[in-house]
Amino acid sequence: MYKLLACCSMASGISLQPKMVQASLGVQKQGNGHCTNVPRNVNLEKLQNNYLFPEISKRELQHLDKYPNAKVISLGIGDTTEPIPEKISLSMANYARALSTAEGYRGYGAEQGNQALRKAIAETFYKNVLIRDKEVFVSDGSQCDISRLQLCLGSKVTIAVQDPSFPAYIDSSVIIGQAGDFQDKTGKYQNIVYMQCGPENNFFPDLTTTPRTDVIFFCSPNNPTGHAATRKQLQQLVEFARDNGSIIIFDSAYAAYITDNSPKSIFEIPGAKEVAIEISSFSKFAGFTGVRLGWTVVPEELLFSSGFPVINDFNRIVCTCFNGASNISQAGGLACLSSEGFQAICSVIDYYKENTKILVNTFASLGLKAYGGVNAPYVWVHFPGLKSWNVFAEILEKTHIITVPGSGFGPGGAEYIRISAFGQRERIIEASWRLEKLISNEKALFNSVENKE
Amino acid sequence: MSLMSNLSTSMTSSSSSAFLAPTSFNSSRTQRVSVPVKSFKICKCVSTPLEQQQTDYKTKVPRNSNIAKLQAGYLFPEVARRRAAHLLKYPNAQVISLGIGDTTEPIPDVITSAMAKRSQALSTLEGYSGYGAEQGEKALRAALASTFYSNLGIEEDDIFVSDGAKCDIGRLQVVFGSNVTMAVQDPSYPAYVDSSVIMGQTGQFQKDVEKYANIEYMRCTPENGFFPDLSTVARTDIIFFCSPNNPTGAAATREQLTQLVQFAKDNGSIIVYDSAYAIYMSDDSPRSIFEIPGAKEVAIETASFSKYAGFTGVRLGWTVVPKQLLFSDGFPVAKDFNRIVCTCFNGASNIAQAGGLACLLPEGLEAMQEVIGFYKENTKIIVGAFNSLGFKVYGGQNAPYVWVHFPGQNSWDVFSEILEKTHIVTTPGSGFGPGGEGFIRVSAFGHRENVLEACRRFQQLYN
Repeated sequence: MYKLLACCSMASGISLQPKMVQASLGVQKQGNGHCTNVPRNVNLEKLQNNYLFPEISKRELQHLDKYPNAKVISLGIGDTTEPIPEKISLSMANYARALSTAEGYRGYGAEQGNQALRKAIAETFYKNVLIRDKEVFVSDGSQCDISRLQLCLGSKVTIAVQDPSFPAYIDSSVIIGQAGDFQDKTGKYQNIVYMQCGPENNFFPDLTTTPRTDVIFFCSPNNPTGHAATRKQLQQLVEFARDNGSIIIFDSAYAAYITDNSPKSIFEIPGAKEVAIEISSFSKFAGFTGVRLGWTVVPEELLFSSGFPVINDFNRIVCTCFNGASNISQAGGLACLSSEGFQAICSVIDYYKENTKILVNTFASLGLKAYGGVNAPYVWVHFPGLKSWNVFAEILEKTHIITVPGSGFGPGGAEYIRISAFGQRERIIEASWRLEKLISNEKALFNSVENKE
Repeated sequence: MSLMSNLSTSMTSSSSSAFLAPTSFNSSRTQRVSVPVKSFKICKCVSTPLEQQQTDYKTKVPRNSNIAKLQAGYLFPEVARRRAAHLLKYPNAQVISLGIGDTTEPIPDVITSAMAKRSQALSTLEGYSGYGAEQGEKALRAALASTFYSNLGIEEDDIFVSDGAKCDIGRLQVVFGSNVTMAVQDPSYPAYVDSSVIMGQTGQFQKDVEKYANIEYMRCTPENGFFPDLSTVARTDIIFFCSPNNPTGAAATREQLTQLVQFAKDNGSIIVYDSAYAIYMSDDSPRSIFEIPGAKEVAIETASFSKYAGFTGVRLGWTVVPKQLLFSDGFPVAKDFNRIVCTCFNGASNIAQAGGLACLLPEGLEAMQEVIGFYKENTKIIVGAFNSLGFKVYGGQNAPYVWVHFPGQNSWDVFSEILEKTHIVTTPGSGFGPGGEGFIRVSAFGHRENVLEACRRFQQLYN
């Protein structure tokens, strides 16, 4: 353990836990520079660090500066790598070309999305659960939708998140003013309820000890842990929400990666329509991370305490703070949901699933406890007793592999590393080999199960 | 039933006939239309809980009281609803849309072929790209800097590419938060006021004056040359200023903008300068606020490819936040904007960005200018028509909007009469604020034959 820490502090003289150094930024003010009298938004001051993923990118760049010839393999940011199936990109190309013709030109689209696409989404993903196309709002992605939902809900609601969780839930909550102050001691924001999810509770929170909040963010299959909640667990969650009058925001971005019978949509659970919103994305489904397309389902049955339909307010936000997803992207989305397109996409997903298997096996063979990897393209590896940023740094330094430190996802992620399975097969295999070498050579450091007393 | 009127997808197409399109994607243009609501002076969004008697269950989550302050639906979906209701009433009417400012002319080939190329490249190993930089692709940021801001000291990393100005306005409000005050021109593009209400910066709507408490409305009228008398304007933290102006079409002069920058400097305010129509300028009024010395320390500029390149559906814009712009504690505004862009956004579509880059090549710029020239000719025709009918007409020189005065008349009534009698959709001035009452905004986007036909119908109605 000491050796590891010593290595790390030699590797980089700076603090490994990223901290936004605020004081030095004030020095930007030049001698005769003008400061406005506009106060900075206190909510933004509460954010502790940069957003997690740009921070990871920054580390990658710093590493490349240091080792310009390193063959860096990124298993960090969950970015898709495989080309989009031709049928889909051709649809987008054709749609783009048509914009140069009188018949094919389109201006503003409906802010809620193209009607045919909304219908296709409803029919593809929600056929048996009776979500209507008018409840589907097409967007430019989940990260954007999360903030629009926060804008809709406002600063006076309370939220609960899984711990660990995708950082946008917490960060957007802080930004909108719901979260209260950050507490250094616990690593948590005062007003947010953190629902611990770990191996000890099968990655599902103990709801009997969870305080009531207005909103509950729940991601399944989970980023970063990879756990897909069972039908029973989701029934409990829906009941909990119902008993408490809460709204679940269910993130199903990785539903396509499910390999067992876990529910793919919260609306598979009876009663969910009165307590839940579902967000989802074409990013990991179709490789649309750069193309930008997603959707949010807000059932008409979902009502605020006054009886006012949530969908009305969400629609207002969508019409006022947004102007629809790109029509070209939407054409691509529609092609994704054609039977040929869907089939092609499933092949790409299978490719990533195979990648995941390889990584899971690698860690299993090293005797490390690795979770997830069955229903999501993430492997959640436990390094007991070690600080995740240190492990991240050690792996990066010694193998030139980017991962994501678990504590970036919340205090519940401490001691974990998230390994993402997107990447070209050869690089995944190469990465596995490098990790095997590192971890088996430094067994003592990485505290693998074989070495436990 | 009435819930449907809120949910019906807005019919924002400006074409008066249904085009047969090559793919099934385009062919679905029919919308679920609303039941027309009763006629009234102020357009109200009727929002009744859906089937409450059948669904007893309500959550215990309180509705956001800020959104509850909004008086009606966002203006343009309201106009679209009226249009849809009109079509229900007159299914065979040849409706001409000079309402929502939606571009109608095809995008030049050089631009769409770049987007087609990028799309197809996404199917190749070499050409596939995933997440892009949230701030936008480097090449595009550089091209924007050199095309629009060369010699103004704005650098590529001051520029943030987005999916459009409306979205950027929302994001800027999130940056500023609820504890800032703002000023808007009156009349103004409704997104400034609406986003301010949503963010919690305002008090309640005051029906007697048709203004939200806590917003400073800077009256812009023919009497003051559509530039506010700053000596009577109270200090606010933020000042939204659009030039060339939507809806009035007025372009602020260099002298006026110098005054504005000085005003902001003296008051420690931040100007959010909307330059979405700059390319429609016909005289030598400033195209960018950064042409004014000192502006970098007091202003943010938003802009858009929507009206430049017909990208209203493609979705691309940008916002400039200079490094020199600081909050009262010295913290750079750009750092907070960047944080919002990284957390609440994930970049504009890579395909749209490829289109944007092509727009800024010499061939693209030339092609854009041609289409813009076309719309400018439309504007001339419309101005001529109203002038010849004896109307007092404003705008139309530096923007694709004509601001027609109907003294003493209620603008929604004029809107309705025009729609009923000529099947032409316009936009009622009061939708842009109380200062818009008595005016109608006529937008000049449209196919030439439609614009000419519309002018013929105006002749018939008002002769």
